[in-house]
Amino acid sequence: MKTRDLTELAFRNLREAILRNSLTTLGVAVGVASLVAMLSLGVGLQTLASQKLNRSGLFDAVFVSSKQGGRFMGGDGPRPTTKKNAPNPEDSRVLDESARQELQKLPNVVEVYPQVRFLAEVRLDGKSSNSNVVGLPDSDRFNGTFDGIKGKAFSSPTADEAILKSELAKELAPDPATLLGKEFVLRYARRHDTSAADVANEKDIDQQMDDMLAGGGVTFISQDKKLRIVGIIETDPSASFGGGGRVFMPLSVAEALEPAQPNDLREVVRTQGSQKPAYMELTVRVKNPKNILQVEEAIKKMGFNTFSLLDATRNLRLIFTVFDLFLGLFGSLALTVASLGIINTLVMAILERRREIGILKALGASDRDVRSLFFAEAGAMGLVGGISGVVIGWLIGEALTLGTTFYLKQQDLPGVKISSVPWWLAAGAIAFAVIVSLIAGLYPAARAAKLNPVEALRYE
Amino acid sequence: MTTTSDKPLIHAQNVSRHYHLGDSTIPAVNDISLEIRPGEFVALLGSSGSGKSTFLNLLAGLDRPTSGAIHVRGRNLAAIDPTELARYRRDTVGMVFQSFNLLPRMTLAENVELPLRLAEVDRNDRAARVQSALEHVRLGARSRHRPPELSGGEQQRGAIARALVNRPTILFADEPTGNLDSVNGEQILLLLREIQTTLGMTIIMVTHERPLAEQFASRIVTLGDGKLKSDAPNSAAAVQSANATAAPAQSASNEVRP
Repeated sequence: MKTRDLTELAFRNLREAILRNSLTTLGVAVGVASLVAMLSLGVGLQTLASQKLNRSGLFDAVFVSSKQGGRFMGGDGPRPTTKKNAPNPEDSRVLDESARQELQKLPNVVEVYPQVRFLAEVRLDGKSSNSNVVGLPDSDRFNGTFDGIKGKAFSSPTADEAILKSELAKELAPDPATLLGKEFVLRYARRHDTSAADVANEKDIDQQMDDMLAGGGVTFISQDKKLRIVGIIETDPSASFGGGGRVFMPLSVAEALEPAQPNDLREVVRTQGSQKPAYMELTVRVKNPKNILQVEEAIKKMGFNTFSLLDATRNLRLIFTVFDLFLGLFGSLALTVASLGIINTLVMAILERRREIGILKALGASDRDVRSLFFAEAGAMGLVGGISGVVIGWLIGEALTLGTTFYLKQQDLPGVKISSVPWWLAAGAIAFAVIVSLIAGLYPAARAAKLNPVEALRYE
Repeated sequence: MTTTSDKPLIHAQNVSRHYHLGDSTIPAVNDISLEIRPGEFVALLGSSGSGKSTFLNLLAGLDRPTSGAIHVRGRNLAAIDPTELARYRRDTVGMVFQSFNLLPRMTLAENVELPLRLAEVDRNDRAARVQSALEHVRLGARSRHRPPELSGGEQQRGAIARALVNRPTILFADEPTGNLDSVNGEQILLLLREIQTTLGMTIIMVTHERPLAEQFASRIVTLGDGKLKSDAPNSAAAVQSANATAAPAQSASNEVRP
């Protein structure tokens, strides 16, 4: 019999004993739904955890510092850096603008940015507050850092805009929402290099420090910058910079302000003969955490120190794989019970449809035709059950997300999506349901095919 | 037109079918040899338990003999594999049963279409062939009805349409009038004889009613206790054939079971 005829007859037969077949199919659907709900929860939580961790900037980031800085910070103590004993160029590369450009060009690198963090005074409507200002990279606009924001994220990487932490907003206005769209003045200390050339002189480092502390290399000028408040945020988007920021602005705008930063002294020291300012540390964001190793290697070859939390992501993945495995096993148990239902329904159908099988055989149906028909019926129950199960499972997941979000909102926390049904889970669950159903149909189908037509026709 | 030739269409040689019941063996068919020529209308006559239905099932390929051979067009049904036997039932044989055996949840047209589905006939040709078979048995207007909505006579004519739709060579009928009143029974037999004469089909019918066999069959084979008792041409049938008309069947086509 042709597949189309087989399918038509199978669905027709299923319709004929609609109640029993619907209940069996519902059994399959519940099995698949439990499987999908469990796995969607696993996948959702994994996605959520990865997103949150990625957002923290820890797992898709390589932190780059100069090797020299590493030694400097490593406790070797101050070293004279005269021309004679300066490390070879490969070993002592300065983390300056040209290095930043070079890092940016590496494959799989999304962006390279320094940490810009400075203390400033926020002035608005006669009120003022001292706050840490943090520059945020452009990628934060798209990676969910600003989820749950009141207002909106920065309109562009160069916009004179600011996002305030809600606690600061509350300090500035009783109703923080009224702040949106308002302009405020940011008073900060601007760094001004006065004698970069001096720094390059062959003085030992102690002398350099003395000069600087005496104000010989750098001056600080008080400066004002007007920024417009575009958003107020509950969670700290500056987690990857150590947190604690209360005013956030686009990184490039913050860089352009040339603010005096807590690490200015060290930076001046490490510029070492270079006329250009050097960075203490650069953060290299990679496209995908799996690219970290490769990017890290490339950066090391350039002569810099690197640091990443690659091993932590590996462990995380292992934990979630085991978690998914267990959830899948529990979900599969329900489907196994459902497959017993299929066997039962089909065996009952053979008893009930004995005569029909006899008629089909008398009309010329081969054993294979009869077997295929029962097989198709089992497959059809699996298919319909599988599709309904995926829908039900998805709905359960959505309901869980809805419930969780509702609870979190009540706790004044942003909602999260804890379940996710990716296409591979939906397709896999349907395929699994069909395969399990076909296996369940093996015995009934073989039994139906073996029926003797004369005996089957005698059956009333 | 009836066409018979000397070369047998079916050749049964020493066919036996024994059933085992506990320790005892029941010889339902015992060493029957028979030849049937194309175009014959053979009545297998016998009382209940004579083995006539068992013998018919063996000839129709629904069962296999315990011993002996049944050659149909050169193939031994006792020796071919189950798939070949199913193909024989599908392509060479049409079956009509005492209890009609139409699938109750399908419409008449769908019932008649079943053998075409099994034979993988092209979908585009099926509707026309189903309609033609139904019209042949004068049920063209009843195609959308389900069997329970039809009278016994109509159901049996529907079953005949189903048996004919695959254009078989041999039509087997197992007590086709057993569940019908005498009027309807006669109409069914008239229809069978019409099919035999117009399509040249070979018909083998089991009946326990001698008058019907004598009235319609061209040859009467009598069985008793599983053995062949007599085998003779029926000269009376030829006379009655001339008087036969399809009119009664026509008038019954609108009959609906209450």
